[in-house]
Amino acid sequence: MDLSTNIGALELRNPVMTASGTFGYGLEFEDFVDLSRLGGIIVKGTTLNPREGNPYPRMAETASGMLNCVGLQNKGVDHFCSEIYPRIRDLDTNVIVNVSGSSIDDYAECARRIGELERIPAIELNISCPNVRQGGMAFGVTCEGAASVVKAVRKAYPKTLIVKLSPNVTDIAEIARAVEAEGADSVSLINTLMGMAIDAERRRKVLSIGTGGLSGPAVKPVALRMVYQVAHAVKIPVVGLGGITTATDAIEFLLAGASAIEIGTANFLDPSVTMKVVAGIEDYLQRHKFNSVRDIIGALE
Amino acid sequence: MKKVLDLRIILSERVAANCVKLVAAPVEGPLPECKAGQFAQLRADVPGAFLRRPISIHDIEGDRISFLVQEVGEGSRWLASRQEGDIVNAVLPLGHGFTIGDEHSALLVGGGVGVAPLLLLGRRLKAKGIKPTFLLGGRSAGNLMCLDAYREVGEVLITTEDGSLGERGFVTQHSSLNSKLSTLNCLYTCGPTPMMKAVARLARERGIPCEASLENHMACGVGACLCCVEQLADGHNHCVCTDGPVFNINDLKW
Repeated sequence: MDLSTNIGALELRNPVMTASGTFGYGLEFEDFVDLSRLGGIIVKGTTLNPREGNPYPRMAETASGMLNCVGLQNKGVDHFCSEIYPRIRDLDTNVIVNVSGSSIDDYAECARRIGELERIPAIELNISCPNVRQGGMAFGVTCEGAASVVKAVRKAYPKTLIVKLSPNVTDIAEIARAVEAEGADSVSLINTLMGMAIDAERRRKVLSIGTGGLSGPAVKPVALRMVYQVAHAVKIPVVGLGGITTATDAIEFLLAGASAIEIGTANFLDPSVTMKVVAGIEDYLQRHKFNSVRDIIGALE
Repeated sequence: MKKVLDLRIILSERVAANCVKLVAAPVEGPLPECKAGQFAQLRADVPGAFLRRPISIHDIEGDRISFLVQEVGEGSRWLASRQEGDIVNAVLPLGHGFTIGDEHSALLVGGGVGVAPLLLLGRRLKAKGIKPTFLLGGRSAGNLMCLDAYREVGEVLITTEDGSLGERGFVTQHSSLNSKLSTLNCLYTCGPTPMMKAVARLARERGIPCEASLENHMACGVGACLCCVEQLADGHNHCVCTDGPVFNINDLKW
């Protein structure tokens, strides 16, 4: 059974990757997951300079999901290159760095620095974080903003460039086309949907900054619709994510046109869920007599 | 090593008005080695509880592990209503536990359901020849739980806010506290934040090493999501799930 797929030039052992911000640097999950059985790991969002993130509380549980407003807490690209990269460079999977920023120059410089790391074959450009005031989603909600970041990063970064799109827009296909035109190799979607939680008893906002990004099974139908729309709007490969919790969820995204998928919030519910999804995809292909996972990408009848 | 495993409930016992003790054992295989102060992420199989619930390890005897589950919301109510034979899925052990040094005697100060991890800590201290004394507080007699188990391990001092058991007042007002603090050389605390802050203040005044166990809201429990952070004295946000839940009070901003 051939589970391999690819995102442009990037070869994946199977279509199952882990979403940024839900799987740390992979090492946190080594007790639960054989990392060499993953298509890839997309590590925590990294910015040019260190960021403390937003104040606690940063999380609220919702019906079939959760809100977070972590706000890109990370120790910056220098720390990543000197302290974290040496520990993950030899992992037997594709280690992809999620790159974020608050200005176009920051994005480009951070991407350039990551581009110097031999064993990082791709970046996921995050133009869709809803939890930071400057940059983040601000770039990802207009075609001009998205295009301007991708244009600058494309010049600075020669390897596989995946652009992570925001669902908090009127027409996501239009944004996808804009980043494709500037040379993105792939788009991944969706980032979280902006939401809010209120504590009725205390008459207060639950999250420190008021709003946060919704993830989990609650967003899956929205994500699936957007992946389908984008897959029909662009020629570059699409990476699908948003609420994937089971192998069936993953297969639905592949059928909608995704070449690979990411599992995010479900890692919190079951830290070994990715292994079950890989096994479940293989089982599905066998049951339906497909030889390759590529046979089901966009294969809606 | 951390594991995802099914636990079978062996005993479910109501130990306080809003608190149930669950004793469980792995359905398959051995229980991983757990330290006092570590916790488990228990899955509540109910629509209102999306995430797992972080619950302190209360006690371990052989392959039996126990938890005190306080009924707060739908998730903890579901867990607290488990009966003998039911299965609960757990991820454990998580976080880093209390530090056991070479002190000769220790005071373990707990309030409410925060008394939970102190029993295993007391056991582990005693096994190393360190004499544990428990100072346990609650709103009233009905909020103090499993006292016999603590008495088996060490001396137990009690305060209640309404005076219905032990001395009236807060743990930090107990009449024996002064003499205890002059002879012991280690403090551990778990419970409501105001209580732990008061204990930390005492420890600082007396120059006694002290560790406190925090209870921030968590999602992943393994240091990946960065939701449960506490800003520490170094000015940076740290994960309570992995850098804690037990912290030296000198690292806290208290």
